[in-house]
Amino acid sequence: MTGRRVLALVATAMLALPLVASEYHVTLMLPFMAYGVVLLGLNLLFGYTGLVSFGHALFIGIGAYTGAVLTTHTRVRSLELMLVAAGVVAAAVAAPVGALCVRYVKIYFGMLTLAFGMVFYTFLLKFYRLTGGDEGMRVLRPSLLGLDLDGMGKVAYLVGPYYYYSLAVLALAVLAMWRIVHSPFGLCLRTVRDNPTKAEALGLSVRWYRWGAFVISAVYAAVGGALLGPPTGNVDPTLAYWTHSGNIVFMTLLGGFGSFFGPLLGAFAFIFLQDTVMSVVPYWRLIFGALLAFIVICAPGGLMALFTRRREATGG
Amino acid sequence: VAVSVHVVNVLLSGIFHAAILFLVAAGLQVVFGVQKIFNLACGSFYALGAYVGVSAVQAFTAAGGPPVLFVLPLVTAGLAVGAVGLAVERGLLRFIYDRDETFQLLLTFALVLMLEDVIRLTWGTAPQSTGGLYLVYGQVSLFGATVPVYNLIVIAASLAIAGGIGWLLTRTVFGRIIRATAENREMAEALGIDMRRVYAKVFTLGTALGTLGGALVIPATAAMSEMGIELIVEAFAVVVIGGLGSMRGAFVGALVVGVLRAVAISVYPELEMLLIYLLVIAVLVLRPRGLFGVVAP
Repeated sequence: MTGRRVLALVATAMLALPLVASEYHVTLMLPFMAYGVVLLGLNLLFGYTGLVSFGHALFIGIGAYTGAVLTTHTRVRSLELMLVAAGVVAAAVAAPVGALCVRYVKIYFGMLTLAFGMVFYTFLLKFYRLTGGDEGMRVLRPSLLGLDLDGMGKVAYLVGPYYYYSLAVLALAVLAMWRIVHSPFGLCLRTVRDNPTKAEALGLSVRWYRWGAFVISAVYAAVGGALLGPPTGNVDPTLAYWTHSGNIVFMTLLGGFGSFFGPLLGAFAFIFLQDTVMSVVPYWRLIFGALLAFIVICAPGGLMALFTRRREATGG
Repeated sequence: VAVSVHVVNVLLSGIFHAAILFLVAAGLQVVFGVQKIFNLACGSFYALGAYVGVSAVQAFTAAGGPPVLFVLPLVTAGLAVGAVGLAVERGLLRFIYDRDETFQLLLTFALVLMLEDVIRLTWGTAPQSTGGLYLVYGQVSLFGATVPVYNLIVIAASLAIAGGIGWLLTRTVFGRIIRATAENREMAEALGIDMRRVYAKVFTLGTALGTLGGALVIPATAAMSEMGIELIVEAFAVVVIGGLGSMRGAFVGALVVGVLRAVAISVYPELEMLLIYLLVIAVLVLRPRGLFGVVAP
């Protein structure tokens, strides 16, 4: 019950935020919500299925570039279409890639996903006619729900309509993921994670479930990736670089991969902590590296473990 | 004639790159073989070796050291900074040997983040180079192509180190302990081997190979803060192609990656690393244990 109360409180706070917080902090919430969607998907794979991808930035990149290509190379400006297209392209890529990757687990799974991520990164970097090379591409301001908002100032657009739009997408993503992990499918994923031999003996196709989790998490990553582009108006290949994959696994661990909302907390903490640190010194990696080392060694449950008693990854 | 000279040039630059890659990959392999940790930070150690190497050479030249002897401070610095490995092993890694490998991988990722900023803090963001020392040994003509003698020295040194590692692994007590541990840790421990010391030594050795590789490459190029995270993916390709944990694999894998990359750059620059990543995927899918690996997934 307290969980619900906290959730209601957080939801109210997020709805009211643009009314009370500074424009700067509201714009910082935009990458948080985008990464929130990405991490919900990543954790389906990491926390619930037990597979750690070191190439998930591939799908963030696919989502972000799908949106960018649509706004610059075609006349499509609708964010809904961009998000749907991002999800569809990601699913189309993830289906064969996932089929190859889920044949392995642990370090080999991580290596294979990393290799696929780097293939896409090199593609973005070298085929500059389509992708703009290392300078990336511009993302023109998308229309929301058919409303052309080109007349608004940039900041007003971001802290107003775009903020609430992202919040709605995040809320939908949370609801859908909640349904997924609490469905029989989600239960099977946890069975596959905890004891693949037993799962197989019970008649579950381990590979099929891993593949399903892979594709769903790829779609989430791409939708989140597509949300990342419009606030900065630019996408570049570092979105797909392997260190970006590492950073999102870091965010998940920071929040706690053992709980449903842990990764969201991780994304929030990562983005606001990074902003705080960088306002003082430019060396955020040094501090974050030390933080990550500390979490790995001393607090593998992440921030969420500080707030809740030990719970299984059932969402409590 | 022009074509064959070009081919020799491409091959030699590929082999030079392979010589460096082998050192880093060998460090990665020995650590993975014994400690079962895939060390993402091996590229960062390489970068660290490069920067310390540049500083040592600059100090040496400033102190009036003869340019011809610049390899002495370079190699000494490259090996000495390998001591960082001991600090990392004792200070961080030893706490997580019994953990899931995800955590081990993430701890080495934490090192990547930290070392990148340590380098920026210490040396700034501008590229550092040893200036004109690269050509101090002159150039020779080889099969019609002109090659800096330094490149040949590095290739020879790398071959000698490969031989040395082979000797260490097969002919010494320490090597036998390493192989026994890689094969069966519990059994080795039951036979009275102190794992803490073995792990500390092996990780230091692995780190020193990486830092030495970084130091040796530096006269031919310039030290840049991204060089570490770029090299790790190449070293990763080397060990996947060669097979995780295998020294012979590191040797052959480094040659494949080094030469293939050089050929790709000269024939169709857009392909560069793309070709290598595709090869990595092909190997992982068709033969996941690589050319010489023993550990099947």
